[in-house]
Amino acid sequence: MTNFLKKYRFLMLRRVSQIGILALYFSANAYGFKVLTGTLSSSLLFSMIPLSDPFAVMQMFAAGAVLGADVLIGALIVFLFYASIGGRAFCSWVCPINMVTDLANWLRRVLLLDKTEKKVWLGRRVRYWIIVLSLILSSLTSVAAFEIVSPISMLHRGIVFGMGMGGTAVLSIFLFDLFAVKNGWCGHLCPLGAFYSITSKLSILRVKHNQPNCTLCMKCKDVCPEMQILSLIGKKSGDISSGECTNCGRCIEVCDDDALSFGIRNYINKNG
Amino acid sequence: MAQSVGLSALGGMVWTGYIEEAKSAPLILRPPGAKPEIDFLRMCIKCGQCVEACPFDTLSLAKPGDNKPMGTPYFIPRDVPCYMCTDIPCVPVCPTGALDEQSVSSVVEGQKVLDINKSEMGLAIIDEESCIAFWGIQCDACYRACPLMGKAIKVEYRRNERTGKHALLVPKVSSDVCTGCGLCEHACVTKKASIFILPREVVKGELGDYYIKGWDANDEKRLKDVSTDVTTQTNRSKLAPQDYLNSDEVLFDD
Repeated sequence: MTNFLKKYRFLMLRRVSQIGILALYFSANAYGFKVLTGTLSSSLLFSMIPLSDPFAVMQMFAAGAVLGADVLIGALIVFLFYASIGGRAFCSWVCPINMVTDLANWLRRVLLLDKTEKKVWLGRRVRYWIIVLSLILSSLTSVAAFEIVSPISMLHRGIVFGMGMGGTAVLSIFLFDLFAVKNGWCGHLCPLGAFYSITSKLSILRVKHNQPNCTLCMKCKDVCPEMQILSLIGKKSGDISSGECTNCGRCIEVCDDDALSFGIRNYINKNG
Repeated sequence: MAQSVGLSALGGMVWTGYIEEAKSAPLILRPPGAKPEIDFLRMCIKCGQCVEACPFDTLSLAKPGDNKPMGTPYFIPRDVPCYMCTDIPCVPVCPTGALDEQSVSSVVEGQKVLDINKSEMGLAIIDEESCIAFWGIQCDACYRACPLMGKAIKVEYRRNERTGKHALLVPKVSSDVCTGCGLCEHACVTKKASIFILPREVVKGELGDYYIKGWDANDEKRLKDVSTDVTTQTNRSKLAPQDYLNSDEVLFDD
């Protein structure tokens, strides 16, 4: 049992965090329990601290909006938190879509779909193109372009305010990740994750690799949703410094050899 | 690189097509203090804080399948109208200013106070054919429901030509007072409401600069900033009126 807890400690913490945050938003709307009101796009913590999605605010600027102070302060707080500390932690600790794509990914492993499916190729850089595209389209259409199609918001708003047909968008992502491309949405398409990948190039919290302990079992690469960032595994010690790391901690908990751990980024010597 | 640009252009066109369809909902009614629709869509971050603040559950966020711009707040007055809270809880919580406090505030004794009566959510329209007051049946449900009774909806007395000896007491909406709260639509007794709210920009005409009320000294002010250089040049207007009226060339031109 303790072994099980240890093997899934970050996964369980993440689910607690993801579901807990959803529950706070939900209860603010449903029961007036005002700890976290609003949605992930923009909210108010303890009826006092504004929190806003910096990528949404960027699109709104591109759309030509003149915005109020609250949303700007909120976006700045969120931006600074992830850029300096959390890295891309939004994706694995907050975003509700993560539970959908993790389920798809788990089914892929259980059903051995990775081994049997026909490969559909999709580049991991597509998401950065989608960022550019959402900004251009925002300015062309005068509407925040990604926000109006974002399945993240659809799922999140759906849970807080009522789902409507939003389930189909979520199901589409599930099917896409299950049958088309492994980690298709989060690792290839989602511009919000890509945005946080760019902004977290210098964030403090990092996964660290201790090469002498590594036995090259490659369990970490099996579970990692952004496999390309683990290129130094077994080769040299150091930080997983890529902004694409979501700090989910799966690699740390599956490692049987204590070769991976959370730590502070080594700013001085990039090679660790 | 070229392939990426090309595919982005392809994706961009499909995406734009969807957005242009999705943002077009000309009949949607917005919360009090909402900016004009085009600015509102720019500024609304879809957080739902106005919806949560509304004590009457008037506002909803558009869900996928509602055929309204996704995630934006709206209300359907026949279901739940706006009850015109004097403290307008939905407006100050807006973090972006898509709901503009300024537009629903007035200055009283040098102090800015919220004034829900200044809101312009829509305008009440009456279908006179299905309104029973126009048949001669006494019904003042909308008049009595109106929070600005006697100002936004007045009752007008008319002779009932059909009986020759009764009065018609018919409702009449003043478009400069009506806020579009929808309490009248909510109260209407006919099966489908015969008085209903539509967005102001849908129902209001626009006067332009060509007509002024000569009997209203204030109306001249409208023309203060209008450029006077609005002469239209046509083939005919090059000539003096006598010239073309007296010649028969123009008559037999075609």
